[in-house]
Amino acid sequence: MNDATGMPQTAVVVGGTSEIALAVLDLLAARRLEQVLLASRDLEGLAAAAERVRRAGAREVATLRFDVTAAGDVETLVREATERLGTVDLVLVAAGDLGTADLAELGPERVLAMMATNAGGPAAAMIAFARVMAAQGFGRIVVLSSVAGLRVRRANFVYGAGKAALDGLALALGDAVAGDGVSVTVVRPGFVRTKMTAGMASAPLATDAPAVAAAVVAGMERGDEVVYVPPALRYLFGAVRLLPRAVFRRLPG
Amino acid sequence: MERRAVGERARAEHRLLSGWGGQPRSMAEVVRPRCAHEVVDLLAAAEREQRGVLARGLGRSYGDAACNGGGIVLDMTGLDRLIGFDAESRCVTVEGGVSLDALISWAVPRGFFVPVTPGTRQVTVGGAVAADVHGKNHHHDGALGSWVRRLRLATPAGEACISPERDSAAFWATVGGMGLTGVVIEVTIELIPIESSLVRVDTERPEGLEECMRLMEEGDAGYRYSVAWLDCVRSGSSLGRAVLTRGDHATLAELSAAPGRSGGGSDPLGYRPRQLATVPFQAPVRLPSLPAVRAFNELWYRRAPRRRSGELQTIPAFFHPLDVLGEWHRLYGRAGFTQYQVVVPFGAEEVVREIIEVLLAGGFPSLFAVLKRFGGADPAPLSFPRPGWTLALDIPLGSAGLGAVLDRLDERIAGAGGRVYFAKDGRLRPDLVGAMYPRLGEWRAVRDRLDPGRVLSSDLGRRLHLLEEAA
Repeated sequence: MNDATGMPQTAVVVGGTSEIALAVLDLLAARRLEQVLLASRDLEGLAAAAERVRRAGAREVATLRFDVTAAGDVETLVREATERLGTVDLVLVAAGDLGTADLAELGPERVLAMMATNAGGPAAAMIAFARVMAAQGFGRIVVLSSVAGLRVRRANFVYGAGKAALDGLALALGDAVAGDGVSVTVVRPGFVRTKMTAGMASAPLATDAPAVAAAVVAGMERGDEVVYVPPALRYLFGAVRLLPRAVFRRLPG
Repeated sequence: MERRAVGERARAEHRLLSGWGGQPRSMAEVVRPRCAHEVVDLLAAAEREQRGVLARGLGRSYGDAACNGGGIVLDMTGLDRLIGFDAESRCVTVEGGVSLDALISWAVPRGFFVPVTPGTRQVTVGGAVAADVHGKNHHHDGALGSWVRRLRLATPAGEACISPERDSAAFWATVGGMGLTGVVIEVTIELIPIESSLVRVDTERPEGLEECMRLMEEGDAGYRYSVAWLDCVRSGSSLGRAVLTRGDHATLAELSAAPGRSGGGSDPLGYRPRQLATVPFQAPVRLPSLPAVRAFNELWYRRAPRRRSGELQTIPAFFHPLDVLGEWHRLYGRAGFTQYQVVVPFGAEEVVREIIEVLLAGGFPSLFAVLKRFGGADPAPLSFPRPGWTLALDIPLGSAGLGAVLDRLDERIAGAGGRVYFAKDGRLRPDLVGAMYPRLGEWRAVRDRLDPGRVLSSDLGRRLHLLEEAA
């Protein structure tokens, strides 16, 4: 169950080796989190992630090797989750692939895979769990979006377009299921220093996984529908979205 | 016999439910039975369909005690009949969905009053039994359970008549059992006699928490009713400055002695409760900000006389001052609020001060804070009251960090031998329930005998693992 301060007792993580997701679980385990199901492609990473969540205090941590872009795997995950957890209080959608913006590397297969990992797969998982939550009468979905989806720019246009699709879908899904007791929180971090961004030049207002996690948990407690990390990005990107294209395309990066 | 599924019944609808505090919320299938027979029938149908069921009264528990996400919720307000009254024993028998409001309106003109009333009369008798509610007279009269003479309880196996003499284990597991032992379909309760519908009230205004506690320790024994409202937004020496009101039902002699009330005149048992206004919609923003809370508390404190004795107040004014504003919980907006009500044993007074200080320091102002002394506990294993100080604080939800602060206070309270009140709770640490309610195991055994199929369930029960040992 989710308590009055928005803290869940069970959680499913789609993209269960994500640094941000694990940092969120660290905080939730210190509060109410008891049972967790981590799903990821990365079998080795899953074992280490499960160990970390156990150390953080969750009493039951299961893992599932899972490809978010495979419809059958999403179905298996939903089945595993409902059988193991009883109720699914929180689904944390953290799958994503920054990929590349180099046209030479963006063959059709790569583009489709990136779109599936960043948008199609997470969308399928979110909607599948939204159905489970509507049936159980409550639940919260937290989606890791990105400010990159607010106005897609050339530096990461495939990734950004995927996040734009996911962000829009998540917001509207939240409206669609609000009457069923299900809430959706969209998290829009800026540049986060993680293994996904290792080697890249840090952008202004860069942050790290623990900071994003703290903002996510605070947003869950407040019942926020959208969380910016850091909060100043809300205003910065409000302005960026209004820039004329002629100016926007000249911005560095 | 016709076997209908729960969802095919007339009056079944899906509704998003919460407690009075507004959080947490969950969707359930709500059915409104009109008679005891229908309740029994619904429980059997739910067992066949393997769905959880919970009875809900007027939704005045603050957290998730009356919610049952994904399951069935029985709206008990359709069972609203008065069955009978025995003048000699002063025992009235009513259906579980009768409100205290209705019962008080019936009883007062006949010269009787309910033995225990919480701070609102908008609760059902069945819900009041399930929460084993207390009032301002706990130090004098105990909780409601000690005035209940008989219950009719519906379980998936059928219905049973239970009392302190007949299957007392089932009776006391149901009193304070938060609706998880069965559905209370009928209650027989002893009323108390009154000569008038007015209350003779003495008011004092202690300037700090210690003085308030001292006055209550010294003087409570002389009053049937006693409660202190505390200002929890002032620190230092005026922390916990209070308005202490104590009294008893006024006798006819006291009425005629009162100035301006000589002889005859109005009916001494006249009773006209009023609701002046209803909050029409949820506030778009969270209203109780710190400055607003400070202003409200200042006003409430200044408005009370420094010392006054023998003032005559009406029953609604004395017992149910908040009922004058309908749906007042909407003032807290969408984020809602929680009521943190705890009891700590006598001797642990410093914990009361600590709770107020910690919340104030954390920036979580409490709009309303009430302090009173509890007397002896009744035999119910999950009943909240035990001898000690009980503090109840209304705290707005929707601020980051509140949960962690309350978690630390939970630990302090459990360590001091105290506990948190389930009927107010939406967020207690489940790992502390066993320490706060050491007779939980005993209760579980009786519960499992009454409902072996675990048909009865609630969000509170699931969240706090009341039905089974946490692994």
